[in-house]
Amino acid sequence: MLDVRNVTRVFGTNRAVDEVSFTLHEPGFIGIIGRSGAGKSTFLRLMNRLTDASEGEILFEGEDILAYQGRAARSWQSRCAMIFQQFNLVPRLDVVSNVLHGKLNRQSTLATMFNFWPRTDIMHAIDILERLGIDEQASKRAEALSGGQQQRVAIARALMQDPVIILADEPIASLDPMNAQIVMDTLKRINVEDGRMVIANLHTLDTARRYCDRVIGMRDGRIVFDGTPDQLSTDAAREIYGADESFNEDATSTAIKPSQAPTQAAALGVAAQ
Amino acid sequence: MPTVLPGSLRPNTPGGIDIRADYLTLTRRRRMYTGIVLIVFIALFVSGFRIADMRNAGSFADGFAHVLDFPREVVIEAWEKAGNLPGHAARAFPALVETFNIAMVSTIVGCILGTLLALGGTRGLAYWPRLIPLMRRTSDICRAVPEIVIALVLIFVMGGGPIPAMIAIAIHTAGAQGKLFSEVNENVDMKPLEGLSSVGANWWQRTWLGVFPQVMPNYLSYSLLRLEINVRASAILGFVGAGGIGAELRNAMTFGQGKFDEAAAIFLMLFATIVLVDQTSSWMRNSLTEGRGGQ
Repeated sequence: MLDVRNVTRVFGTNRAVDEVSFTLHEPGFIGIIGRSGAGKSTFLRLMNRLTDASEGEILFEGEDILAYQGRAARSWQSRCAMIFQQFNLVPRLDVVSNVLHGKLNRQSTLATMFNFWPRTDIMHAIDILERLGIDEQASKRAEALSGGQQQRVAIARALMQDPVIILADEPIASLDPMNAQIVMDTLKRINVEDGRMVIANLHTLDTARRYCDRVIGMRDGRIVFDGTPDQLSTDAAREIYGADESFNEDATSTAIKPSQAPTQAAALGVAAQ
Repeated sequence: MPTVLPGSLRPNTPGGIDIRADYLTLTRRRRMYTGIVLIVFIALFVSGFRIADMRNAGSFADGFAHVLDFPREVVIEAWEKAGNLPGHAARAFPALVETFNIAMVSTIVGCILGTLLALGGTRGLAYWPRLIPLMRRTSDICRAVPEIVIALVLIFVMGGGPIPAMIAIAIHTAGAQGKLFSEVNENVDMKPLEGLSSVGANWWQRTWLGVFPQVMPNYLSYSLLRLEINVRASAILGFVGAGGIGAELRNAMTFGQGKFDEAAAIFLMLFATIVLVDQTSSWMRNSLTEGRGGQ
């Protein structure tokens, strides 16, 4: 389904992403972990085509998405949604407008300027907000919402794109633990219920263990770990983060109850349906 | 052991012997520099004044006494014929509307052109990043040429009337607003733009939804400020043959005695208009910046 081959991005003399290769055969929930500057964000930006790669190819269903230019690249972006740490909504516009932006690639410029959206699209946007439990905020300005709500609006925008892949760049790094759990549960639900592939950069190990089907560890632009959450031992984590014996992941853990079963989130999602 | 000793009892450290004397020397030197600068300034000022005075038709000392002669004549005559003022004002009113319309049209056209120049000249927002220097130099040139120069050339080419004035003011406005707007653009938060990029929006969609909502209050505020300036500019351009209230005022003033009441009426009306535009636009600008919760 997704075949990443020797993808490299060089900034000056710094190899931010260095010969990254991996293959995914089914739409799972993939977590990428690593310390700041390991190249996680750059890799997601390469996949979304916000940044151009220096070398390598990413084959999605046989087509090299890194070779797309102009209109084709924008069309790929509309199928490969991205969620950001800082939400990246338009703060002055209302929530529904922000969700409708997910359709921009299929909307003419003129229609955009006159703020003309088909009625069905508007209804669909509100349906998505309802599914994520924030339909009451529909007419508020995005900037009036809390961080957790804004991130859910960003997820709604991503869903509006009807994407095959959702990339999430540190989606919970600026949220409190409670909102972080809501956002991660939502992403997991989308993964399980809709069968959309989710690739998320995560900054805590317990989140990666709890939600991911597969964890990729990056260090200095290279993949240093690729396996299941069970294989992600403390020793493996030390290797990924380049830490010594003093490294203790509990010190920075944001989990409220570390003992919660990983499958519970998915079960919650199904029950809510 | 005492922590603070009186000055006379303090042991002299090498080099620190005359802190006081050193400081006084420093003060003397500073005073001397100030004195030299003052003398040079006065010398330049006096010599400059004498050159200017020699090249004038009459001497400054003689002329200075007559500086209020012309205003006095205008005021006396206008006062004598005060009853005519409303009539003159009513007759000149269409010309005032023409002046205001010149200012409005040129502000709107100039601000739209300025917006395009600013978007094209801002790093990170430009459609063609390679053309950024060209866009910036274009707005520099538009801004550098005074509108009266453009107007004089256009009046020579096209004949008098409001159109040359409009084009002249619009060109200058485009340059000035291009500069101001691009400074607003520098401060645009790129995060919403990145979000719009990530969904596959094209340049126009990104600009329309990501940039304009952020910059609009500032753009409007600068445009209102420019409208104030352009009302004055358009009145002045009337003097060089661009029609409107400026032309009426020049006719009345150059006719001399006998028409000073008309000149006074026009002048009062122009003054009132400028005050009105200034006050209205500053009120609107305040409500733009404060009404939105201090963004």
